[in-house]
Amino acid sequence: MRRILLFIPFVICVILGVFFVKGLSLDPTQLPSAKIGKAFPAFSLEDLIKPDDLRSQSQLTGEVRLVNVWATWCPTCKQEHSFLNKLASTEGVKIIGINYKDERSKAVQWLKRYGDPYQFNVYDNKGSLGLDLGVYGAPETYIIDAQGVIQYRHVGAVDNKVWLGVKEKDGSVKLEGLKAKMLALGWNPQ
Amino acid sequence: MIKHYLWMVSLLVSTSLFAAIDTYEFSNDAQRERFQQLSEELRCPKCQNQNLADSNSGIAKDLKDELYRMVTDGQSTQQITTFMVDRYGEFVLYKPKVNPMTYVLWYGPFGLLALGAVVVLILARSKKTKVAPKEQAAAIEHEQRLKDLLDKKHD
Repeated sequence: MRRILLFIPFVICVILGVFFVKGLSLDPTQLPSAKIGKAFPAFSLEDLIKPDDLRSQSQLTGEVRLVNVWATWCPTCKQEHSFLNKLASTEGVKIIGINYKDERSKAVQWLKRYGDPYQFNVYDNKGSLGLDLGVYGAPETYIIDAQGVIQYRHVGAVDNKVWLGVKEKDGSVKLEGLKAKMLALGWNPQ
Repeated sequence: MIKHYLWMVSLLVSTSLFAAIDTYEFSNDAQRERFQQLSEELRCPKCQNQNLADSNSGIAKDLKDELYRMVTDGQSTQQITTFMVDRYGEFVLYKPKVNPMTYVLWYGPFGLLALGAVVVLILARSKKTKVAPKEQAAAIEHEQRLKDLLDKKHD
């Protein structure tokens, strides 16, 4: 009986070890969004390309979509841009852009030069919508369901790895990326 | 030598310039103190492990501007923290709220202390009961020897 008690420190060390090893593979910069499961914040902002058009949260309902926060000053946005173009053209993903704390002329120029994967862009030059969304660094990409509820947030560049999210579990391959999440929400790729 | 000295002085000057970047004007000291306190208790979401007061990142600047607006508007601390948590999650609070998710954080140390106390008590107790018969035997032996000695003297 006494002998078994001697193993208690060892067991505690093993349990702590498991937590520490798990901690090594966690990315502390990936914060859970406080907005998951909540409606997209209300806004009324100008369209990036057509300043006379007002955009609002009501235009984000009806379909499962991606909302991509980007800016011309953000190097990672440039990195992911060609993949967003591909998603829009070949996968038929509907992407709404939020041009975050940027200059209109630069942003319009950027879309002309690198291609425009967005259905439309919201011009959020003051960052007010970004603040309401809890954006802390561009690029960020949100999955919005047909009811306009935020279902997922990805911080950082969207690439093929993030889009498909191939995971091996118990010997079988599973897809857990943005695509799988959108399909689970009833996304209908065309 | 003088060159080195000048170089060191220039370093001092550069930091004081940095410090001057965000100065906010307050109409009274109470507001200034609240702003100071809140910007130290709120965490920057981008540059983790820094509070808003210490951080120079863009988002920290935005949040400080927002904080300044809310403090000068006369909003309560409760209102301000709710605003921040609604957008950035509990993560932004360096002083987390007491709720079921943070019970372990707040009460864990006391729990561990109590656990330690219990372990110490149990150990102390088991030692006592173990040692007692030996001591008793020793005491009996002592008494016997004393008695023997006394008896010898009387003889």
